[in-house]
Amino acid sequence: MKAMLQKTDGMMAPEKFDVARVRQDFPILSQKIHGKPLVYFDNGATSQKPQCVIDAIEHYYRAENSNIHRGVHQLSERATAAYEAARGKLRGFINAPSDREIIFVRGTTEAINLVAQSYGRAFLKAGDEIVVSAMEHHSNIVPWQMLCDQVGAKLRVIPINHDGEIVMEEYQRLLNDRTKFVSVTHVSNALGTVVPVKEIIALAHGRGVPVLLDGAQAVPHLKIDVQELDCDFYAFSGHKMFGPTGVGVLYGRAELLEKMPPYQGGGDMISLVTFEKTHYNVLPYKFEAGTPNIADGIALGAAVDYLRALDWPAVIAHEDRLLRYATDALGQIAALRIIGTAKEKAGVLSFVFDQVHAHDVGTILDQEGVAVRAGHHCAMPVMQRFGVPATVRASFAFYNTIEEIDVLVRAIERVLKVFG
Amino acid sequence: MSELDDLYQEVILDHNKSPRNFRVLAAANRQAEGYNPLCGDQITVFLQVEDGVIKDISFQGSGCAISKASASMMTTELKGKPESAAYELFNNVHHMLTGEPGGDSGAERLGKLAVLSGVCKFPARVKCASLAWHTVHSALKGEQQPAKTE
Repeated sequence: MKAMLQKTDGMMAPEKFDVARVRQDFPILSQKIHGKPLVYFDNGATSQKPQCVIDAIEHYYRAENSNIHRGVHQLSERATAAYEAARGKLRGFINAPSDREIIFVRGTTEAINLVAQSYGRAFLKAGDEIVVSAMEHHSNIVPWQMLCDQVGAKLRVIPINHDGEIVMEEYQRLLNDRTKFVSVTHVSNALGTVVPVKEIIALAHGRGVPVLLDGAQAVPHLKIDVQELDCDFYAFSGHKMFGPTGVGVLYGRAELLEKMPPYQGGGDMISLVTFEKTHYNVLPYKFEAGTPNIADGIALGAAVDYLRALDWPAVIAHEDRLLRYATDALGQIAALRIIGTAKEKAGVLSFVFDQVHAHDVGTILDQEGVAVRAGHHCAMPVMQRFGVPATVRASFAFYNTIEEIDVLVRAIERVLKVFG
Repeated sequence: MSELDDLYQEVILDHNKSPRNFRVLAAANRQAEGYNPLCGDQITVFLQVEDGVIKDISFQGSGCAISKASASMMTTELKGKPESAAYELFNNVHHMLTGEPGGDSGAERLGKLAVLSGVCKFPARVKCASLAWHTVHSALKGEQQPAKTE
């Protein structure tokens, strides 16, 4: 939470964030679930979409639909321009130096697989080591395990402490001459921990080791500047940042992307094909084989427009207030234990009960209109670390309110009554 | 009764709180593990089968109230029953859990197990209730792979 406050230049933004007005931009939020107002606290799984994103998808299919980068006709030119404009917006969103470094992918998972298979298979060999943390999502574990099987590399894991924070001394100890890649999350999806990635990157770069950041849970909550972070790759999904599903971004440093072989072969990623030899296209198209998800790419650009129009210091202060309020309120429930108590957190409150399983909690909360995630959050090693089979996770977005947290607290009281 | 009360009936809450036959069975001659990858529920069912009859049965594991209560009730139902009756009960329970709400679930034929019929109104929870049954099915068949609800 401290990190988020620092983002406001050390001062709490005044209460000018008009959450009631912002909620009107998200049509889904006004519905009822089991006769009660929807309280959507499953933003870590996927966020809701503002009307402008929904409109962008519809507009594309109504007025611009055609294939990009190939047609000489006007519709194709318009679609190409809209798609490339979205790429430019995403470049600006994370402050990447060049549009060439913005590769459209299906989501964070595909972005990480791309780097593991393209960079990893080309530049890692038997005996090399890849470092991840103990709080990664499965999508930042399994692609590296697959690579390890393919090239004979080894996966090393930075432990976390009981608050769910990276143990930096252990990380330093893990780095050695065999370390060839570091891939860590920016914000933990299961615990909400904001990872000190700048420090992690600086230490890796000190040894010439490139670093990938899994930004899936960071982009909806923090201002991202890949140049300031100095990361080599940054992966994120559109659907967790108020854009559509099925589209995401891999940012990669151009000098690394240039050296990397293509990930998939096909149309669009070539400049010349003969049966003797194929010449690959320039960046970013070298990594974008086949017709992409044009409509959703353009709509993700609309999501960026929406986010950039918000008053970010106010957004961050509002989210910080939500998380503090929820942490205090749930902390007062004796039967409840919060999992993930890092000093710096964003957007996520994970908790368990001694006597009630997360799934039973999830079902009862749903009856009160409260949508949460109950389970292992695709982070089974995190569950093992804390010795729990599953947690209940309330994950917030800027359109959530303090009143909704009060509803959550009352719904938890009902859980405890049922299981008395 | 609300749908929620239908799901969490007294009997279910009681079996969750004090599960019957919740132990390792030293004399077991068949056992199987069950796992629900979606929610992480896991269970081991132990069987002592002699002359085609389930002489004793127990279970261990962790899971939600529905999966624990279903497993607990299953052990009390199957103890002393012939294997063939266990297969029949498996089919009937499966039919009840996956049936249309309000349709002919056959719950009345299931006696005490009918309290699990409320589960079919909660599609996300059906697998919680069926895990123990899939597991006992594998144990009876002597299958090597852990039972899965997927």
